[in-house]
Amino acid sequence: MSSTRPDEHVTDMDPDSTPETARRQPEDATASGVPAADGVRAPIVAPQARERAATTPSKKAVAVKLDGLRAFYGDAEQVKGIDLQFNANEVTAIIGPSGCGKSTMVRCINRMHEEIPGAHAEGRVLLDDVDVYGAGADVVAVRRAIGMVFQKPNPFPTMSIFDNVAAGLRLTARRGEVPEKVERALRGAGLWEEVSDRLSEPGAGLSGGQQQRLCIARSLAVEPEVLLMDEPCSALDPIATLKIEELIDELKQRVTIVIVTHNMQQAARVADRTAFMLAGELVEVGATQEIFTKPTDSRTEEYVTGKFG
Amino acid sequence: MEAASITGGDRGLLSRSPLARFPDRALKWGLTVLAGLILVLIVYFFVRLFDESRPAFEQQGVFAFVFEDNWNPGAGHFGALPLVVGTLITSALALLIGVPVAVAAALYTSELSPRRFRAPLMILVELLAAVPSVVYGLWGIFYLAPKLHPAEVWFSETFSFIPFVGGGIVTIPNCFIAGLVLAIMILPIVSAISREVMSTVPPDHKEAALALGATRWEMIRISILPYCRSGIVGGAMLGLGRAIGETIAVTILIGGSTQMVQNLFGQSNSLAAVIANEFGEAQGTHRSALFACGLVLFVLTLLVNGIARWFVVRAGRAAGPPRAEEHRTGAATAALAADTAAGA
Amino acid sequence: MSAPGGAASLETLGRLAVSPGRRRKDRLARGAILTATLLALVPLVLIVYYLLRKGLGAWSSDFFTTDPTGSTFFKNSNIGGIKSAILGTIEMVALASAIAVPIGVAVAVWLVEYGRDSLFANVVRFFVDVLTGVPSIVFGLFVYIVLIVGTGTSYAGWKGSIALSLLMLPVVVRSAEVILNLVPNGLRESALALGAPRWRVVGRIVLPTALPGMVTGVLLAVARAAGETAPLLFTAAYTHETTTNLGSFMNSLPVQIYTDVTSPTPRVVERAWGAALTLVLLILVLNMVARLVSRRSRLA
Repeated sequence: MSSTRPDEHVTDMDPDSTPETARRQPEDATASGVPAADGVRAPIVAPQARERAATTPSKKAVAVKLDGLRAFYGDAEQVKGIDLQFNANEVTAIIGPSGCGKSTMVRCINRMHEEIPGAHAEGRVLLDDVDVYGAGADVVAVRRAIGMVFQKPNPFPTMSIFDNVAAGLRLTARRGEVPEKVERALRGAGLWEEVSDRLSEPGAGLSGGQQQRLCIARSLAVEPEVLLMDEPCSALDPIATLKIEELIDELKQRVTIVIVTHNMQQAARVADRTAFMLAGELVEVGATQEIFTKPTDSRTEEYVTGKFG
Repeated sequence: MEAASITGGDRGLLSRSPLARFPDRALKWGLTVLAGLILVLIVYFFVRLFDESRPAFEQQGVFAFVFEDNWNPGAGHFGALPLVVGTLITSALALLIGVPVAVAAALYTSELSPRRFRAPLMILVELLAAVPSVVYGLWGIFYLAPKLHPAEVWFSETFSFIPFVGGGIVTIPNCFIAGLVLAIMILPIVSAISREVMSTVPPDHKEAALALGATRWEMIRISILPYCRSGIVGGAMLGLGRAIGETIAVTILIGGSTQMVQNLFGQSNSLAAVIANEFGEAQGTHRSALFACGLVLFVLTLLVNGIARWFVVRAGRAAGPPRAEEHRTGAATAALAADTAAGA
Repeated sequence: MSAPGGAASLETLGRLAVSPGRRRKDRLARGAILTATLLALVPLVLIVYYLLRKGLGAWSSDFFTTDPTGSTFFKNSNIGGIKSAILGTIEMVALASAIAVPIGVAVAVWLVEYGRDSLFANVVRFFVDVLTGVPSIVFGLFVYIVLIVGTGTSYAGWKGSIALSLLMLPVVVRSAEVILNLVPNGLRESALALGAPRWRVVGRIVLPTALPGMVTGVLLAVARAAGETAPLLFTAAYTHETTTNLGSFMNSLPVQIYTDVTSPTPRVVERAWGAALTLVLLILVLNMVARLVSRRSRLA
C-alpha cells in the first residue's frame, strides 16, 4: 500500500532557524528552541533551567525518520504507511482522535510494538540513518538509544528512588559511575532538589507528578538520544502537568522528543512541530503554529477546531 | 422462580409469618453450628492426640523427647531426634532441589515459552500432582533408586572428604532419594503458586524495564522476581509443609533406620515414616510415643502452613485491592488444584 | 528530506549493538530456565512410561476379577488379583464423599452467604485452612484414637471412610467457597429484590449456578482421597476378601500396593505395578472429568 506524502510545512517563523542553530547554544537558557521572532509562544524558562542546562553535557541529539512505517496486530493494519521526520533537538507532537494509531506508531519507534503477541511492523525507522529494524540493530540497544515514558507513571515498586533511576544504568555502566549519573539524571528531570535527601525511600511513595518525573529521570539516566512520551501527563493534575511541560522544554536541548498527546493545547504549548494522524495515516505535519492556525487539509482543520475527536 | 408469598390477610403486607421465616433461620443457625463444629473438631483433635501422647512425654519429658538421640523402642527409649533430623533433612533437600526447578518452570511458562505451549506445559506439571504418594514410592524404589545408585556411589566416593555428604555407605533406600522424590512431589504446588503470582505482575513494570533497554532475563530480574518474592516464598513454604507431612513415599524410600542418619546416601527415618513403620506392632508407651510423633508433626505443619499462608496473602495484597481478590481466588484455585494431590 | 547529521556514522552503528557479555548472560539464563523446565517434566514421562511398561503386564481379566490370596511367599502359588482392592476403594471413597461433600458444601454456603466477613467466619476459614495442611497420617491417627481405642472396637471400612472424609472436607470447603464467590452478586440481588427468602435464593439460584464448578472441586477431592494410603493403615487396615460390609476390615488400592511393595516375590511386585496403574488411571479419569465439567461452568 503506497503512502501519500503528507503536506509538509518546511518553514516556521524564523527562516534562519535550523536545528543546527538551536543546538549551538545549549547553555543559553533562553534558547528553549523557540526562535526569537516567534510571538505566539512565550518562552517557558524557569530560573533553575539555567543551572540544569549547565550541569548537562551538551550531547548531540539525532533525528529520527520514519520510512513507510506500517504496524500490524496480527493481520489488522493499524498504522498504514507513515513517512515522517522528527528533527533533532525538537519536540514533535503527534495528535489525533482516539484509535488513530498514534501510540502504536510511536511504540514502533523503539520497537516496543513487537512485544505484543502477534504484532509486527514493516518499513524502516532510521535513527541517524541507521535502521533500527535492520539486521545490525539489536532491539535491546535500540531501546537504550530511544527511551520511553509511559502514560501511567510506573516506577518499580520494589525499588528506592535511587535504585529506580539506576535500574537502567546498572545494566551497562560501571559501578563507580552510577551515583554521579543518577544525580545528573534527577537534576535533568527537575527532581533532584525534592528527593536528594530521601533517595533510599521507595519510588512508589512519591506523588503522581513526582513519579512521572522519576520515570523521566530513569529514562534519562541511560542517556538516550531520543525520548518518546506517550501521553505523559494524562494521569496528572494541572500543576504537575505544567512542571513536566517546562521540563520538556529544557530536555529538548539534549534529546529529540516525540510526544503523543490528545490535548491540543498541550501540543500548542510544547511542540515545535505537530503531526496529525487519522485512521492510521499521517494527514499533515508542520510547524505547530501553522497546523493550528492555517492547516492545509480540511480534516486537520476539523480536528483542531473541535469538530470531532 | 417464584417469589415468596407475601402473607396478606390479617398481617400487614410487609411482614412474613414466623412459619415462612423458619427455613431461613433454621438454615442460618444450622449452618452456623456446623461451621462451629469444625472448630470444635480441630481442638478436639489436638486434645485427644496430646492425651494419647502423654505417657511418652511423661516418661521422657517433652524436651527430651524431641531432642534426645535415642530411638530404641525395644529398650523403652524414645528420643526422637533422629526422626526429627531425618524429617528436616529430607524436607530441606526437597526444597533445595524442588523450589528452583518449580520457579524456573513457572518463569518459563509465564514469560518465555511460546503462547501455544503454555497451557499444555501447565497441565503437564500439574499432572505430577495426580500421582498418588504410594505410586511415587513404588516408582522410586524400583526405578529411580537403583538407577541413581551408581551415580550416588560415584558422588560419595569423589566427595568423600566432605563430611556427611561423602564417604559413607550408600544404600538403595536412602535419605537423598527420599528428598529427591519429595522434591518432585512438591513441584506442582510451588510452581502453581509461583505462576499465579507472576501473572499478577502489572505489564507496566515489565514494559518499563524493556523500554530501558533490558534483555529478557534482565527484565525478569528487575521487574518480575522482586515483585513475586513474597508469593514464591509462600509457595515454597506450602511445599515445605507438604514435604514434612509426607508419609508413604518417604517410608518406602528412606530405609527406616532408627539411628541418627550418618550420611546423605544412607538410611534414615522421618516422623511420619516411623509411625507407618512401627505402628503395627507397637504397644503401650511405644504406641504413645508414636502418637507423640504425630503430635510433633501436627504442630510443625501447623506452624509452617500458617507462615506460608501469611506470605501468600501478603503477596496477594501487594497486587492491590481490586485485583487482590481475584488473584487470591486464583491463587486459591491453583493451590487447590495442586493441593488435591492424591496422597500424602 | 534527509536527516541533519548526514550519512550513517560508525558511532551510530556500534551503538545499536549490545555487549556480548550481556547477551551471553541472557542466553545462559534463558537456557537454564528452559533446562529446568524440561527437567521438571522428566519424572512425569518416566513414571508414565514405567507404569505402563510394568503395569500392563500384570493386567488380565483375572487380575480384576479375583481377590488377592494371602499366599504370596511361594513361587508357584496363585497370588490372585486386586478385585477386593478396587471394590474397597470404591466403597470407602463413596462413603467418604457422602459424608464430606454435603458437610463441606454446607460450610462453604454458610461462609459465603451468611458468615461472610464476620470474625467468626474468618476464624472458621482459618481453621479450614489449617486442616488442609494436616498430614494425612495424622487424620488416620485421630480416627484411630477416637473410634478404635476410644470405643474399644476394631478396624472397619467405615472408619477408614471417616478418615478420608476428614481429608476431603477442607478441599471441598475451599473449592466450593471459591466457586460460590464467583457467582455474581447481581444474581443474588435480583432474586432478593423479587422478594425471595434467602434460603430460596441459595437453593434455587446460587447453588445451581455454582454446580459445575463445585462438581469439579468434589471430583478433585475424590481423586485425592482415592490415592491416600496412610489414613487407611490405622483405620480400615488390610484384608484379602472382597466385602461389602463396611464394618469389617477392608482392602483398598493404595494399601494393597503398599503391602505388595515390600514383598520379595517378583510376581507380587508386578501385581503392585498393575494396581498402581489402575489407581493412577482412576485418578486421571477423575481429573479429566473434573476439567471437562469445569469447562461447562458458566463461571470463571
